[in-house]
This record gives sequence, C-alpha cells and structure tokens, in this order.
Amino acid sequence: MRIELTEEQRMLRDEVRRFADEVVRPRATEIDRSGEFPRDYYDQAGAMGLAGVAVPEEYGGAGMDAISYCLVIEEISRVCATSGVILSVNNSLVCDPILKFGSEEQKMEFLKPLAAGEKLGCFALTEPGAGSDAAALRSTARRDGDGYVIDGNKVFITNGTDADVALVFATVDPALKHRGITAFLVPTDTPGFSHGGHEYKLGVNASGTTELAFEGMRVPAAWRLGEEGEGFKVAMSTLDGGRIGIAAQAVGIAQGAMEEALQYAKDREQFGRPLTAFQAIQHYLADMSMELDAARLLTWKAAWAKTHRKRYSLEAAQAKLYSAEMAQRVTTKALQIHGGYGYTKEYNVERYFRDARITEIYEGTSEIHKMVIADWILKAS
Amino acid sequence: MSTETLDLEERTGAGPDFSLTSEQELLRDEVRRFAEERILPGTGERDKAHRFPEELMGEIAELGLLGMLVEERWGGTGFDPVSYVLAVEELARICPSTAVTMSVTNSVCCWPIQSFGSDEVRARVLPTLASGGAIGGFGLTEPGSGSDAASLRTAARRDGDEWVLDGEKAWITNAGYAGYYVVIARTDPDGGHRGLSAFVVPGDAPGLRVGTPEDKLGLRASRTAPLYFDGCRIPAANLLGEEGQGFKIVLATLDHSRLGIAAQAVGIHQRALELAVAYAKDRVQFGVPIAKHQAIQFKIAEMATQLAASRVLTRYAASVSEDGRPDAGRLASEAKAMASEGANKACWESLQIHGGNGFCEEYEIARLYRDVRVTTIYEGTSEMQRLVVARHLLR
Repeated sequence: MRIELTEEQRMLRDEVRRFADEVVRPRATEIDRSGEFPRDYYDQAGAMGLAGVAVPEEYGGAGMDAISYCLVIEEISRVCATSGVILSVNNSLVCDPILKFGSEEQKMEFLKPLAAGEKLGCFALTEPGAGSDAAALRSTARRDGDGYVIDGNKVFITNGTDADVALVFATVDPALKHRGITAFLVPTDTPGFSHGGHEYKLGVNASGTTELAFEGMRVPAAWRLGEEGEGFKVAMSTLDGGRIGIAAQAVGIAQGAMEEALQYAKDREQFGRPLTAFQAIQHYLADMSMELDAARLLTWKAAWAKTHRKRYSLEAAQAKLYSAEMAQRVTTKALQIHGGYGYTKEYNVERYFRDARITEIYEGTSEIHKMVIADWILKAS
Repeated sequence: MSTETLDLEERTGAGPDFSLTSEQELLRDEVRRFAEERILPGTGERDKAHRFPEELMGEIAELGLLGMLVEERWGGTGFDPVSYVLAVEELARICPSTAVTMSVTNSVCCWPIQSFGSDEVRARVLPTLASGGAIGGFGLTEPGSGSDAASLRTAARRDGDEWVLDGEKAWITNAGYAGYYVVIARTDPDGGHRGLSAFVVPGDAPGLRVGTPEDKLGLRASRTAPLYFDGCRIPAANLLGEEGQGFKIVLATLDHSRLGIAAQAVGIHQRALELAVAYAKDRVQFGVPIAKHQAIQFKIAEMATQLAASRVLTRYAASVSEDGRPDAGRLASEAKAMASEGANKACWESLQIHGGNGFCEEYEIARLYRDVRVTTIYEGTSEMQRLVVARHLLR
C-alpha cells in the first residue's frame, strides 16, 4: 500500500489544473446560465489528449491509465462540473466500450477521432420508460438485408445536442428481454437520426442533454458493436467504468466547493472574528476534508483495480455511491458556510451545490448502486 | 544510493498501489486465524466476567504483536505501520478488549519509549515489553483533564537521582497489569503545556497504587482503573526526551496511536457487517430471508461502503505515518474520527437488523454495540479530531 502519483501523473494533473483555471473557469458561470455547449474549449481539451485519456496512442488517445483519467475529470470538475461530464461521457461511455468490444476497423473508424477529440461521442441507453431498469428499453433494431433499421426514442442523453457519434442501444427482439439488446455506433448525420433541443436542467446545464429520435434509421452491420444480443453486457460493463468517472467528478465538485468555502470562511468576519475562528465552522471544514479524502481514495482504488485488471465492479460502485453522497454533504456545508451570500448567484458555491445533485442520479442512481453492492456482499459471504 | 531509496522509486514509478505485500497478507491471515481459534471461544465469557485476557497475552507476544513498532535491535518485531493496523483490525474483529490491550502496549507505551527514550531506557524496558514479559500502559488523563490534556496536575519533582511523582491518573487502560507506564507529569507548575514531561514508571514503583477498576459499558475484558502516585519514586534516567518535552511527546504519540483506534473501529465494523449478513440470510420473515428485503439490503450496502471508506483512509494514513509528511497528523485524525463514527453506525444498524435478538447478550452484536461506543471517545474524542483536522486546514 503506497499511494503516490507518478511523475507523469503529477505533471498531467498540474497541466490540466492550469488549463481548467485559465480556460474553463472563466466560462463556467456563463455556460451554466446560457446552457451553451462549450465546443470550442472541448476541442482544445481534445487536442491535449483529454478526450481519450486511457485510450492507447495508436487509437488516438493519450495512452495513460485509469487513475490519470480520474485526475483529469477531478481537475476539470473542480472548476466546472458540466465540462467534467462532457469529457467523462466521451472517455468512459464511448471510447472505453469501443476499445473493449470494437473490431479493429471500428477502432480506426470511430475510436481514433473520438479519442483524439476531433469528434464528440454520446451514450444513448436511457429511454422514457427505461431508466434504472435499462433492460426494459423499447428502441428496436430490425434486421434488414445486411444491416438494421433502428426505431425509437432516447432521453437525457448527455452531449446529445452536439455529438458526432452515438452509441445506441436497441433490441433485436423485445421478447428476449436483456438478451435481445444490441449496441450500434451511429454517426449522428445518419438519415433518420435527430435530436431535440437543449434540456434546461438544475445543474450541469451546458452538457448538451437532450432527446434523440430514430426513425427508420438504417445502419450497416459493420456499425454493430459486439455481437447481436451482447448490448446489455456492453452497457453494464461500460457503466462499471463510467462510475469511476462520475466518482471522480463528484470528488472534483466537492474539492472546488471546499476551496470556495475555506476561502470565504477566512475572509468573512462576524462577531469580530473570521468564521474560521468558530468551532462550528472548523468542524464543518474537518468533515468536508475527511470525507473528501476517503472518497478520493475509494475512487483511485477502483481505478487502480481497473488498471491492473482486477475485479473493480464492487469497488467502482462503492466509490460512486460514496463520492456522490459525499458531494451532497460537502456542497451543502460549503453553501451553509457562505450564509446568505451562498444563496445568491454572486458566489460560485450555489453552482457547485446544484451540479453535485446529478451525481447521485446519473450512470446509476444511488439506489441502484446500493442494490449492486448488497448483491456483491450477500453473494460473497 | 541505498536499496531502500531504490525500492521507493520503483514503487513511485508504478503509481498508486493499493495492494498489501505478501508479508502483510501473511501476517493478517495469521492473526485472523489466531483470533478466531484462540480468542473467540472465550470472548463472551470474559466480557460477562469482566476478566482480563491474561492467559492470551503470552501467545499474543509469541506472535510478535506486542512490539510491532519496536525495532529488532530493541527486541521488537519491527513491522511497518500498515502491518500494525492490519493486526489491530483482526484482533478487534474478534475481541475489541484484547485489541485495545495490545494496541495500548504498542502505540502509547512502546512507541514513545522507542522514539524519545535514551538508549539505556530502551535497552532496559523495550525487550521486556516487546517479548510479552510485561504489557504497557499510558498515564495522561486525569479526573479534571481529558481533552484539555495540558491542564493536568500530577507533579514530578527532581530529588537527587530520582523523580518523585504525586497525583492521580484516571481511566488508565491495562492498569494493574502493566509492567511499565508512560506517565505525563508536570515538572514546572507555571509552565503551561511547556511544563510537562514524560516518564517511564515501572508497575512496581514504590508509591504507585492502582485503584478500583471501572465498571464500564463496553470493553469489559480490558482493564481500566485509576493510578495513584503518592511520593512515587523512579530513577532520573526514566525521563523521556528532555524536561518540558512532555506535551510534544503526547501529541506525537497520539498522532500515531489514533491509527490503532481507527483500526480497532474498522475491525469492529467488519464484524458488525458479517454478523448482519449472516443473520439476514438466516432469518425468515414474510416467507423469505430478510436479506431479500430491499430495506435490509440497503443497510448492508451502506455499512459495506462506509467500511471500505474507513478502511482505505485508515490504511492510507498508516502508510504515510512515518514519512514525515505535514498532512500525516491530519490523515490520522480523519481516519480515527471517520472509522469510529462509521463503526458506531454500523453496530447500530447491525443490531437493528438483528431485531429483538440483537438486544439479547446471547448474540454477539449486543457486546459489539457496547464495545464500539468508546471508539469516538478515547485517544481523542471525535470533537478533538475535528479540531486537529481544522488546525491543519487553516495553517
């Protein structure tokens, strides 16, 4: 047990922190309000290798490990959670499954530009009637000649308004339940593909969340990712990795909120003393630090297990659950420390407070994670 | 370049490493086996009888567990701090009373003697402690001085080649069984926290008397009693460090010993979870094992997740405790506060899952529920840990 970053990881973290502070931070408030997808600096991040951090260089990525990926998502989310999720979806929900399940041709055609940040990906699993119960999805893929015709609707698709490629899940036979689900890589300019308008949300408001519609959308068999009926496995294994990204996002949000609160508490005077002189505030800060440290360690541990090809499903679920719940507590306390000012748009902390909320919901709700974890624990003993 | 440096660089090159070494795994398995086979059978009986596990201490010493942090040249087993927290965790999982008896000897008696004692004191005292010839104790707390340790009043005055101690210590773990105590006393009445000094006091020193054992809520198989010093004489050489360094020694010792209590809490938490899982799979209500009910599943998931958090924080804090890093003290306090509070919650939920049975001493969880309570109190309350953390954040 020796938890120290490598020189390379430290350099990456410092470089991403600089980019986050100089390029992302100045835009964070504005894109939160307008909902405008920050494609300009996304391209810049892509050029830095942040769109495919753990993808090998031969496929356009930065060729680093899962902990490096956590560092990237944490540092970006520390200043702007919206930008964090945009990157995390491209990295873990699109690049990862192509790397794991894709053919060599698919890796060259789809993965390379996605990992290089030249194209943007989205992950189209959730439907109006299929959230936590993903196997209940109703989009269909009907065999037609040597290809498929896809029909259906998706909701809450991050990056959906701006994506160039969608990883679409549809069933070849609803009677087969989860064994009928099949995954497809679909360029978004394919005829029959359309997306809705910007979904105005409580938090992470510029992440391009929207509905997708597929109407008689013809795709060649070469775009199918994995085997027919393998889609549910693709989705579940992808979400295992995705959870690590959301855990890292939650850690970054909490870290950013904590820094804001610490600074405010030092500056703000009441009863003739700075807030930091009061025991109640000291205890809040101690709670935040303690939980943040534990969450970061759990997240890195899951990433370490993934990198070393150990079992990481339980570890990722625990990291995601703990970190997401931690982010609620930390941002709540950070806002409380700010008092009335924290409730205004004048300070950043209200944005962190709103952004944190989604980490308990997307890529598996806290409740789904508790089911997953209980299953592991009850099975293991 | 020494091999040690080379080793570190290699590990650093590999990035964060969460695995245990094969030696650490071996030790953990050995202590687990010992605890299950030798300690567990008598745990309930000793708790009921308030009986100190005297007959086990020889075997615990033979396993090398009493001088884990003592270098081999002073008779110890020279384990690393991660190994130490693994051993405490395994003992506490089966018997928190035995674990605290062991951890007090290691971390608040052997550790300060090794870290601050002269070579003469080390050579005289440590081999006996490390080999199990005697267990150790730590005399800091007084009736009027708990969290505010610097206000303690036990006095030490120099008389020729001896120090003479007068005063009273409260809630001393291992009192009456310890062969040596590290005792903090005031050498300068006006010196505030700079007027404190640390001493090694033999258990049989003239003028030292052990009072009536406390009747405690939990940890009933560990001995806790007051110590009375009435013109108690010890050799001048038994001073640890310099005169006036007592408070510094206390703070350094507690930074270290908190890891032991965090590990104790992790061990208790682990057991509370195991008992809950076993009971939930076995107990049938509404025609199915209660483990099939989502409310119970969620409690189990929450207990397991907090356990993972407490454990990784504790081991991480241990892994950096001897690196001289500025955040080592903060991490130890975080680990102690989190692990102890997490374990309290876990025991509460585990007992809840046990329903009425959990309220009966026939079930192990009832004892654990009592035992765990002290972990947020001793070796620094949760409130003190948070002040320590905040001090680190604000400096």
